[in-house]
Amino acid sequence: MAEFLTLESAVATHVHDGDVVALEGFTHLIPFAAGHEIIRQRRRDLTLVRLTPDLICDQLIGAGCARKLVFSWGGNPGVGSLHRFRDAVEHEWPQALELDEHTHAGLANRFVAGASGLPFAVLRAYAGTDTMAHSATVANVICPFTGELLAAVAALRPDVSVIHAQQADRAGNVRLWGITGVQKESVLAASRSIVTVEEIVEHFDDDRSAVVLPSWTVTAIVHAPGGCYPSYAAGYSERDNDYYEAWDSLSRDRHVFEEWLEHHVYHREGS
Amino acid sequence: MSDFTNDEVMTVAAARELQGARSCFVGIGLPSVAANLARALHAPGLVLVYESGTVGAKPTRLPLSIGDGELARTADVVVSVPEIFNYWLQPGRIDVGMLGAAQVDRFANLNTTVIGSYDRPKVRLPGAGGAPEIASGCPRSIIVMRQSKRTFVEELDYRTTFGFGDGGDARARLALPGAGPSVLISDLGVFRPHPQTFEMTLTSLHPGATVAIVREATGWDLSVSDDLIETPEPSDDELALLRALHAGSAAKATD
Repeated sequence: MAEFLTLESAVATHVHDGDVVALEGFTHLIPFAAGHEIIRQRRRDLTLVRLTPDLICDQLIGAGCARKLVFSWGGNPGVGSLHRFRDAVEHEWPQALELDEHTHAGLANRFVAGASGLPFAVLRAYAGTDTMAHSATVANVICPFTGELLAAVAALRPDVSVIHAQQADRAGNVRLWGITGVQKESVLAASRSIVTVEEIVEHFDDDRSAVVLPSWTVTAIVHAPGGCYPSYAAGYSERDNDYYEAWDSLSRDRHVFEEWLEHHVYHREGS
Repeated sequence: MSDFTNDEVMTVAAARELQGARSCFVGIGLPSVAANLARALHAPGLVLVYESGTVGAKPTRLPLSIGDGELARTADVVVSVPEIFNYWLQPGRIDVGMLGAAQVDRFANLNTTVIGSYDRPKVRLPGAGGAPEIASGCPRSIIVMRQSKRTFVEELDYRTTFGFGDGGDARARLALPGAGPSVLISDLGVFRPHPQTFEMTLTSLHPGATVAIVREATGWDLSVSDDLIETPEPSDDELALLRALHAGSAAKATD
């Protein structure tokens, strides 16, 4: 059964140095508050996993938390580059960053394989691309029934997956809706999970169209309203597009970024 | 006749290519502008599909990102990311894919990964996203990108997305389900694959462009169609709707 914890104790208990940490949420419901807590607790040597690293991984990478990044599209959506990510790859600042990169379809299916308890997933993808040669977690496989050449992607089983959702109920069931990305798969694929939520409610509305993660599939729940800012939670908040645009200039310069970290993360609890 | 920019001609030309399409898998940026313009102009029923899982999105302003709340609120259905790729894109259910890139070569292969070497890149770009499967899974795809010697290159620094490989029967050898890029539209002209070699051939010049100008902005020895035409100028309607789309998103951004 999911345990209700503070953000500080959830991260202290469930995110360890060297862990494979998935932080999911496709543009929507990105777990920024949890990411900042990981930075504050100065975790090191993490393997971060996210289809779209977004600002959250840019911040974790710039803060020196990550040794490796598993991803499929590393840009600032609608704006341009992720400068801390680029600085790590291009200049090894603050340290070198190992990459395992995929296509969205490939990485999503790696989560599906992990959630399904299978060693790999199969899809029609990667054919003729250089990504096939650069990733150790993609290979060719021949269909035993038709002889077709297909791609296999290795299952992904994070040590811990972190997501943000709209609601949990008192029993610890989690409910999210709108754009739900690969959050369900990332939680089911992981050994442990932390879910930050906008609101804790007595009972869910009778709407089964939302994704529900039963209490016994979740490790820790944290009440963290606004915990996905500057992304958004449908029904609760709007995406702060200005923040994403401002990040472009703020993150270009190492010192400006470090000052931002100092003021907005290290010296600001629970933000 | 109104004044217009090369970018506007490019976007309008891309929107026109969606004539007759039922559904379009849309990347953010130029492709999203062109697809939304097509919906506003001649294809009100065009089903826009974004990789965030929003199927049938009907945005009233240009989305800044593929996961904008506006896309989810206006969609017919919102599905998970594994589902959008596995159930919707992979079986060829979406007619047309619309893509941009940092580099393209003469066989319409695309690079969105690195400039320079992979291990020590001069510029690290965002990477693949949904593009490789959009280009292989959709029955046809449209590429929209600004043209210069830096973007239209002899050799890609990294092949992120397979177009026609090294030409000829390369797609057939990989058994890719879709037919591949049917057109490449730049701010200077329109290029279509040669029926046998699959080399992208200049078939239409945008107003004001010449073959010499296009050659100068192409990193390979350009083939020009014997039936070269001029891209029809954007109509007043096309320009008005395109500018309204941009004005709508600019107004929203300063809210």
